[in-house]
Amino acid sequence: MTTSASRTTDTAVAAGARRAEGVGRLSLTRLISYAVLLVVALAILFPLAYAVLGGFKTNGQLAADPGSILPKEWVFTNYTDVLFGEYAPTFWRQALNSVIVAGVAVVLVVALASGAAYVFAREKFRGREALYLLFVFGLLFPLAVAILPLYILVRQLGLSANLLGVALPLAAFQLPLTIVILRPFFRSIPVELEDAARIDGCGTFGFFWRILLPLARPALATVSVLAIVTTWNAFFLPLVILNGAEQWTLPLGVMNFSTEYSSDKARVMAYTVVTIIPAIIFYAFAERHIVSGLTSGSVKG
Amino acid sequence: MTAISRPSRSRPAVSTRWLTIGLFVLPALVLYAVFVILPVLQAMQYSLYKWNGLTPLTDFVGLQNYVTAFGNKAFQTSIGNNVLVVVLSLFIQIPFSLTLAVLLNRRFRGRAILRLLFFLPYVLSEAVTGIVFTLMLQPDSVLDTSLKTVGLEGLIQDWLGDSTLVMVTLFVIISWKYFGFHMIIMLAGLQGIPRELEEAALIDGADRRQSFRYVTLPLLGPTIRVSVFLSIIGALQLFDMVWVMTAGGPINASSTMAIAMFKAGFRSNQFGYGSALAVILFLCCLVVALLYQRFVLRRDTEGAITAYGG
Repeated sequence: MTTSASRTTDTAVAAGARRAEGVGRLSLTRLISYAVLLVVALAILFPLAYAVLGGFKTNGQLAADPGSILPKEWVFTNYTDVLFGEYAPTFWRQALNSVIVAGVAVVLVVALASGAAYVFAREKFRGREALYLLFVFGLLFPLAVAILPLYILVRQLGLSANLLGVALPLAAFQLPLTIVILRPFFRSIPVELEDAARIDGCGTFGFFWRILLPLARPALATVSVLAIVTTWNAFFLPLVILNGAEQWTLPLGVMNFSTEYSSDKARVMAYTVVTIIPAIIFYAFAERHIVSGLTSGSVKG
Repeated sequence: MTAISRPSRSRPAVSTRWLTIGLFVLPALVLYAVFVILPVLQAMQYSLYKWNGLTPLTDFVGLQNYVTAFGNKAFQTSIGNNVLVVVLSLFIQIPFSLTLAVLLNRRFRGRAILRLLFFLPYVLSEAVTGIVFTLMLQPDSVLDTSLKTVGLEGLIQDWLGDSTLVMVTLFVIISWKYFGFHMIIMLAGLQGIPRELEEAALIDGADRRQSFRYVTLPLLGPTIRVSVFLSIIGALQLFDMVWVMTAGGPINASSTMAIAMFKAGFRSNQFGYGSALAVILFLCCLVVALLYQRFVLRRDTEGAITAYGG
């Protein structure tokens, strides 16, 4: 099941009769596992390719021949209408909204969580662990639990129909994960370094700002990337707080576009694809940080 | 050389120290208290009232909203759907992710690309994913046509319109988006297991299947448990994709707790009742977390086998 011919480190003991018997099975299991991987890869690619290529078709083509993958003739107007034409103002407005929400939330969460994680990692005081656990507690339940009171609260604060009304709660809900990832990293920076900094006249803030944060850059990148993915894709909270196409972020915009123009499938695909592309580009650059953040946060349990 | 005094001796007075701590931790604490803790407590409070979200909070009804919720057919269906996704995730999605992690834990050409590709759906929003699949699953769209082309038209279903099938369809799409996430976590766990341990088992006469079953799998225990925990919490809060694809329909066949809560609050203005549903969702998450905590603590004190890597 887990055999592998690439395991050249096999010891002599593992060779012999068992190995001889295993050879036939070896290549068969290998073949099967390649087949499985190939099928899964196609299953991932197909919907994406379908949407991208669908955006280059006409609706007539989609209706007449829904099973075909490649467009018979390539049509560019679906994409150009979204990017530069009729739908461009809405699309770019929503893209900007997404950037604002993600930007504000990420700056806020990383700044505030860094301060808190610093204290939790390096200062000893009564009640520290209890306070830390209060933040950890936030990992246990989703934003959905708080959505109705959040709606009321945001309205009372005068932030409904305001991007801040989305960014602030999103940042708050991202605090637990960010603090939990940052704390061990901050803790791992040697005490000697702090002592040396203090002797050189650094105060607590000086040490934090000039030494700790620069040293923690990889961890800060990781938590930022995770926060960007979460806030960029946020759907439930914006759905509740924001009103109308001018205010929506991209996930909401895409959904409403797809219901409003449901008969215009090709254009819906184009609009969807255009919102997917920044995510994929971002992923290509930040994949390492996403993976390291998720695994450092979870493998240790 | 003069003795270097520990800086702690020259540290500022107690009050300044508390001021520093306060300056560092208070901003985060305030944001967290206002937008996370307070709303959760408010949900508990609101859940005891009959309230439309606008008028003053006066109509105290005790636990009536909870009684109503558990007696409500649609909400029962919703809980059932959440449980169904939890069960399917545990018995299909997690083993599937584990299998792929094992397959990708070997060296071969193209491994890095496949890993990148399998994890890609994780960064797409559920909304976008839902829209693409909705287009593909509509009657006579690409899935149905493809089945027809390969002679399997007997398998064609009303994927999102059939009330008995819709949750399974949604589960498959959820898995499409999230299996890579679990695979990545397990892959990291696998890479943390020293090769020597498996080799030692092989030398001791175990075959590869046995070495996986009795060496690798137990060592992967903590990682799998994290995966299971995250998977359950994810399944309990299911909203975005369902809202985009079916809005809980047909009728309430694909409703979830979060969908029911959203509808109660924003479609029927029953903020008290909706809050009760939110509290139920919260309690479900809490129970899972406590069980997880207990399970993990018990397991980790059981013996050396789970104590690797600290």
